Amino acid sequence: MEEKQYCTFYLDDMFFGIEVTKVQEIIKYNEMTRVPLASGVICGLINLRGQIVTAINLRRRFELSQITNVHNFMNVILNTGDGAVSFLVDRIGDVIEIGSNYYEAAPETLKGVARELICGAYKLENGLLLVLDIQKVLEIKV
Amino acid sequence: MDEDLLREFLIETYENLDKLDADLLALEKSPDSKSVIDNIFRMFHSCKGGCGFIGLSKLEAIAHTGENLLGLIRDKKVEMNSKIIDALLSTVDTVRKILNNLESIHGEGNEDHSALLTLLNSFRSGRIENEKTLAAEDILKTADGKELKKAPCANETATIAAPLPSASGEDILTEEINNLTDSERINFENIVYEILVNKGALISEDIEAVLAQCRTESLKAEVNRNKNENGARQDHAGSETPENKVNSRQSENPGVKSSPAADDQKSIAAADMSIRVNIELLDKLMNLVGELVLARNQFLQLTSVSDDPNFIGISQRLNLITSELQEGIMKTRMQPINNIWRNFGRIVREVSASINKKVRLEMEGKETELDKTIIEAIKDPLTHILRNSIDHGIEEPEKRREKKKDEEGLLLLRAFHEGGQVNIEITDDGNGINLNKVKQKAIERELINASQASVMSEREVLNLIFLPGFSTAEKVTNISGRGVGMDVVRKNIEKIGGTVDIESRHGSGTSVKIKIPLTLAIIPALIVTSGGDNYAIPQVSLLEVVRLKGHGAKKGIEEISGALVYRLRGKLLPLVYLNEELKIGSEKKVFTAEMPDEHIVNIIVLQAGDRQFGLIVDAVNDTEEIVVKPLDKFLKSISVFAGATVRGDGRVALILDILGLAKMSGVISELNDKLILDKQAQVVKSSKEAGRILLFKNKGNSRMAIDLSKVSRLENFSVDEIEQAGGFEVVQYRGQIMPLVYISKILPERRSAGRENGASENYEADSVLKNNDAEKNKNLQVVVYSDYDKSVGVVVDSILDIVETDIELQKSTARAGVIGSGVILNKVTEILDMDYIIKNLKY
Repeated sequence: MEEKQYCTFYLDDMFFGIEVTKVQEIIKYNEMTRVPLASGVICGLINLRGQIVTAINLRRRFELSQITNVHNFMNVILNTGDGAVSFLVDRIGDVIEIGSNYYEAAPETLKGVARELICGAYKLENGLLLVLDIQKVLEIKV
Repeated sequence: MDEDLLREFLIETYENLDKLDADLLALEKSPDSKSVIDNIFRMFHSCKGGCGFIGLSKLEAIAHTGENLLGLIRDKKVEMNSKIIDALLSTVDTVRKILNNLESIHGEGNEDHSALLTLLNSFRSGRIENEKTLAAEDILKTADGKELKKAPCANETATIAAPLPSASGEDILTEEINNLTDSERINFENIVYEILVNKGALISEDIEAVLAQCRTESLKAEVNRNKNENGARQDHAGSETPENKVNSRQSENPGVKSSPAADDQKSIAAADMSIRVNIELLDKLMNLVGELVLARNQFLQLTSVSDDPNFIGISQRLNLITSELQEGIMKTRMQPINNIWRNFGRIVREVSASINKKVRLEMEGKETELDKTIIEAIKDPLTHILRNSIDHGIEEPEKRREKKKDEEGLLLLRAFHEGGQVNIEITDDGNGINLNKVKQKAIERELINASQASVMSEREVLNLIFLPGFSTAEKVTNISGRGVGMDVVRKNIEKIGGTVDIESRHGSGTSVKIKIPLTLAIIPALIVTSGGDNYAIPQVSLLEVVRLKGHGAKKGIEEISGALVYRLRGKLLPLVYLNEELKIGSEKKVFTAEMPDEHIVNIIVLQAGDRQFGLIVDAVNDTEEIVVKPLDKFLKSISVFAGATVRGDGRVALILDILGLAKMSGVISELNDKLILDKQAQVVKSSKEAGRILLFKNKGNSRMAIDLSKVSRLENFSVDEIEQAGGFEVVQYRGQIMPLVYISKILPERRSAGRENGASENYEADSVLKNNDAEKNKNLQVVVYSDYDKSVGVVVDSILDIVETDIELQKSTARAGVIGSGVILNKVTEILDMDYIIKNLKY
């Protein structure tokens, strides 16, 4: 049985996971420069030690209600192969190690954007860990 | 096969081939140039040497044959002609092909090159006494797959057996002997010994002498090699060993690499100073320096609030060192434009020969340096323009003769630095571009319609050439005419932040002007603020900054049906409001009548393509060197941003793409800039040429216009200055008597204004004076209209504007004295027929 480590975070009460190997680092909310004319999903550009990283507001990507106090957001910096990208999330959870036997593909009943962006879920004792399809999340229409 | 060795060999040989092309052409021009022949000879020679080392028999055979031929040319045993050049050029091609094979399939390929070898050898025949030697050599050379090590030995043997042709022939021989490895040399010595003894032609003392000579030469070579390896090299001028030759590689290609073609002994030291560096490493260094520049900027901001002299001193040094380091690293990536130009000689030669034209290529500013990535990017566009010039521009020799031009067309390449940019011009003295033909073609291909065509300026027509799918070539040749081209040229140049412009005079030539930035990585930029955020504007697009204070803004900025314009030194500058374009900030208009006087309007005057426009921003900050970082792929589609940068305070600022901004705001449209005219007025077309007209208001608020070209001045006369002469109102103007014309009096059937004024055709002078009584103190605004030597003063109510426009006249509204009417600035305006008016002046 294959065990994988997931870096977890929350959007509202949804519990998400991204494979740890894809996560470069997690930093606190950083002041950012907005990008006019860009999709609303894009929150702005942050300076990560001289590297410019685009921050994506994951709440918006999931079409959740907006929280005005963005300063509590956390940046999950991902390494996508062509540069780093940041996902802005509500809260960071633990790193979870879990076996693939708990995994199940996303149920057909999932609707809307969630259906597109979630590739599956791990069944945990106290809920579901939703696995994000990063490539899909990054397919942002202008 | 040793991979590293092979790669080195490939890089080196490719470089040599590029030079070889240029050298061969130079040789064609001056067949007697010894230095050029020597160069070519050495290139073949070192190629051959490399082949032998790595074990490339086919290539070696070719290089060897070429070398032999060159040796004969050098010794003036064979006369240079264009056939030989052709053969040598095709040799270069063959070598290139083999190199390609080596790269792609790791082998020399299966092609049979014996035809080429025979061709090369054919030039030698008749000149060499010993036919046997020739035949033997040919067999040796063409026998592919023959045991390699043996080949050169046997070959030399054959040659040495023949009567030695001359002193320089001996040199070649010595060189070649020295090229042998130790085991080869022993082998060689044995064979020579055998032959000589068998022939009995030489006495034993001679044999001993030859052997001694061989040994000392090889010893010398050994010594040199050791010296070189230790890096303690001195000038071995005069020494003829091959090692020395390899060392004395010319450093035509500064920076990266020395090449194995000794130009002269002087360059030894320079060549030794250069090494090969992987471009990836340079890129990495460049990035690191970029980071350093950012860190330095941040550091300097700290310095500004410190008063510790030590700290300030250190920071100043850091500043200086960083700047120098940045400059140095940038230089490592710089390459002379000649790196791509030198291939052009050959392209020009081939293209012109294939279509029977004679073209002379001249180059100015070969040494102009550009960033490597830019050099790569402009190679194809330049090649394309070059081909275009030869194919479309320069005429056939007969036609040129008819036009009394030199039979040989001139193609001039110029490169120079100017204002932080590199300018490249490709000029030909050919037939130029026929504007009408361009229009016709564009209409045929439905790129524009006929009415658009009729109002286009010369420049706009020329710009049509850059539209996709455009070609004026009558027939499609394999050089050009397929209609893919200039649009790609422009796209590629714009991609690297450059611009292309065409100037052409029908009959006398065309000039394509390209401007490109020196480097893409670090650029100076002006930082502005809009909507609370900072944006960087690349300095290359920046012309000037205009700062208007409340009153000046109210006066200077005008609105033409929703579009803002500013009169900058008499020319209308379209204004773009950055907040509005970026949809940031709430304020819709920057200026209103109620605007407080202290309100400041900042206009950044920018150059986008061939257009200028003003960008209104909230505040103008400082200029800064910024490091350009690309945007993520999902932001790339926003055309107004060229990238982003981290500023001194650590914040990210977006870099504006001026061209993109201009396009988005409509300052330049796809058909390049019809917008201004369209907005200025429903500008309609006239049968006449585009012209400027003077717009004025007449009594009764009717608008009229006259052709500006014949208006010599606008004057004010006080009513007191009006005198009477022969029943006319006249004024003294510049020592002449100038009649005044009241439009309303001259024009028949003045429907409204005429009646209002109660005027009739039999107008009496004093009645005008009476009418004007109320305005006695007022000045008369007079348009001085001159036709030939006659001047008349047209009295108008008020002068409105000068408009550059084409007008489509509605002749139906014409009456005597009026050519017709059209809509100018959204108002119906009558255009006066001044010829009629002057003629009907009973004067």
